[in-house]
Amino acid sequence: MKSSRARSIAANSAIYVILSVMGILWLIPIAWLVLISFRAEPGAWTPYILPQSYTLDNYTRLFTDTQLFNYPRWFMNTLIVAIFTCLISTVMVLMTSYTLSRLRFKSRKGLLNLGLILGMFPGFMSMIAIYYILKAMGLSQSLLALIMVYSGASGLGYFIAKGFFDTIPKALDEAAIVDGANQNTIFWQIILPLSKPIVIYTVLTSFMAPWVDFIFVSVIMKDNYNNYTIALGLYQMLTRENIYRYFTQFCAGAVLIAIPITILFVIMQKYYVSGVTGGAVKG
Amino acid sequence: MIELEYIDYVTLSPLRRLFYRLFQGIRHLPRRTADLAQRTGGRIRKRTVAFGRAAKSYGIIFRQGDVKTRLSYLVMGAGSFLRGQVAKGLIFLFLQAAFVVYMVTFGVGQLALLPTLGIATKKEIWNEKLQIYEYVQGDNSMLILLFSVVTIFIVFAFLGVYLANIRLAYRNQQAAGRGEHLPGIVRDIRNLFDKNLHVTFLSLPSLGIVMFTILPLIFMILIAFTNYDKSHQPPGNLFTWVGLENFRNIFWSNPTQSRTFVGIFQWTLVWAFFATFSNYILGMILALMINKKGIRFKKFWRTVFIVTIAVPQFVSLLLMSRMLADQGAMNVFLGYLGIGPVPFLTTALFARITVIVINIWVGIPYTMLITSGILMNIPADLYESARIDGAGVVKTFTHITLPYMIFVTTPYLITQFVGNINNFNVIYLLTGGGPLSLDYYQGGKTDLLVTWLYKLTVNNQDYNLASAIGIIIFLITASLSLLVYNLSGSSRKEESFQ
Repeated sequence: MKSSRARSIAANSAIYVILSVMGILWLIPIAWLVLISFRAEPGAWTPYILPQSYTLDNYTRLFTDTQLFNYPRWFMNTLIVAIFTCLISTVMVLMTSYTLSRLRFKSRKGLLNLGLILGMFPGFMSMIAIYYILKAMGLSQSLLALIMVYSGASGLGYFIAKGFFDTIPKALDEAAIVDGANQNTIFWQIILPLSKPIVIYTVLTSFMAPWVDFIFVSVIMKDNYNNYTIALGLYQMLTRENIYRYFTQFCAGAVLIAIPITILFVIMQKYYVSGVTGGAVKG
Repeated sequence: MIELEYIDYVTLSPLRRLFYRLFQGIRHLPRRTADLAQRTGGRIRKRTVAFGRAAKSYGIIFRQGDVKTRLSYLVMGAGSFLRGQVAKGLIFLFLQAAFVVYMVTFGVGQLALLPTLGIATKKEIWNEKLQIYEYVQGDNSMLILLFSVVTIFIVFAFLGVYLANIRLAYRNQQAAGRGEHLPGIVRDIRNLFDKNLHVTFLSLPSLGIVMFTILPLIFMILIAFTNYDKSHQPPGNLFTWVGLENFRNIFWSNPTQSRTFVGIFQWTLVWAFFATFSNYILGMILALMINKKGIRFKKFWRTVFIVTIAVPQFVSLLLMSRMLADQGAMNVFLGYLGIGPVPFLTTALFARITVIVINIWVGIPYTMLITSGILMNIPADLYESARIDGAGVVKTFTHITLPYMIFVTTPYLITQFVGNINNFNVIYLLTGGGPLSLDYYQGGKTDLLVTWLYKLTVNNQDYNLASAIGIIIFLITASLSLLVYNLSGSSRKEESFQ
């Protein structure tokens, strides 16, 4: 008995050691990011690891030195795009997933299959075509174009929310119909109040998308610096011409947006797990 | 072991069960494929019959229709307008007028140019009177193709409205014949919020999907059959149809391109395999360690790893690519230890190993999050009996945990595999596909098919090649996803909750 207890203590301490080492390895890049954001010496590559002197300049320069990289403006751009994208996509996703989950009509199966097939094409295969469509509409390089790109086809992301609506008992609808409600009021007054988790999940994911995407922005905005979003702007700071001067500023800018995103993610992680595992695991 | 009785099946170990299922799956593949072909054939036949019947029904309606109904074939909305549904009739009439104006002024012209995609290039012409060169606008193949696709969409949409107009006219005629009161527009609008709520709810999302997914996708699929590359950029140079030439080039006839494709394709599969399974197994071990009985501060450990998910990938990966550069912090550190600079990202083999290792950093926390819950559900008596039999930790993991998990999460694994085939961020942000190789056409040694597609589009403007690759990626992901769909059977289960 004693030996087995000793063994389990040994095993547990081994696990603590492994976990600590892994934890440190996993946090090193993030710690380094924060450290570099306070580094006074410029340059991406230094012959030493820890900064030799510290400063807050990198943060203040983000907001004062806006000649080439207009961080505050990009921040506002991203915020505007994120708010509108979030509003539009949430409505679209909820309507689509609710309809496909709970309403019964003739072409429903066909639409479900179509959604499945469309999701299998690589998303940015069509970005050039989208660019030209926006150009034909006279919208290229504008924030409105970006909002439309992010939220336009958002209805296709119905899977997770549909999985949620599928689990709400149908009897609720039937009871409401007996009480004289029409389908519209059932959605707004009965199902929606029950769906807080999925609404929060949809809102947060669609709000976060514009902060982390740089592919579509770069195709749509091309060289219109004023309408860049944070992600693309920060990406530009690391090009060969800029990296020496702006590397530390990149780190500062990255820290500033990583904080809110991290907080949001930690809040929504439980919805995230149930969302991802919902369709992917057979019970 | 051809087919086991259920009782024999349950006595197998989980790993054997998996092999048995795989074996059965392969054995039944020919029959399943034949089934599928037959079913598709049957479906097509049924569709054709239904289509023929529908077409005929419009003939019958015309024969049985009265003047008002027959007039609807020519003037849309007549069947509604003349029977008192004024608003509805006017809407139909307006749509018809708009369609005719669109087609006459614009649509027909575009469709006429579709077979050639334009022949007149932009030209300079000397203007004698003003003594200057003037530009004459030529055709633009890109716009012709785009507007042709739009026009075809509009034609189909109009056809749908047109047929609806006829059906409505006939329904009205029959209802009027029975002496019923015809529903007005108010009633229709009210129905949109009740019986026809799906129309209201889906109209806006579908419009968005058509405009930003279907239309561009069809456009890009068509591009794969043209020669729209760097040297055929309208308006200066036009492009035209070339049939399957792009696919021929990729597969065999252009040596550089096909070598690149084969190389990148193989690496894509190798990458997807290692990226998926390294993450899966290591992530599971991490989850097991955190969830082990007697380990304290579980929430703390979990949060440590979750934080790394939460930092946007373009931040963490860009930073790491700079850390791992030849003069980066990692090599400075190794220099302290007396180890020479390691070419983490600059030689092919090292770069490939680096991206897989860094992907472990990126992916393990996800696996940990997702598998934690399932790991807790493994029946405890399995572990108990293993312990009594004297199995060690490793043996328990390889004989109980892993087979059980693979068994339960096969769909998740395949989804991950597909996700890794299309894993743009990790590769593009870390190595940019590099190190570049002279053997390859516009690609590097760590490029995946998707990153190659992206580079061909954005840096090289070889849209035709990129589209062809996109179609190939689609075929790969589609066949894998079909597998998931069949394995998970979620399509069949969806009703069982309600």
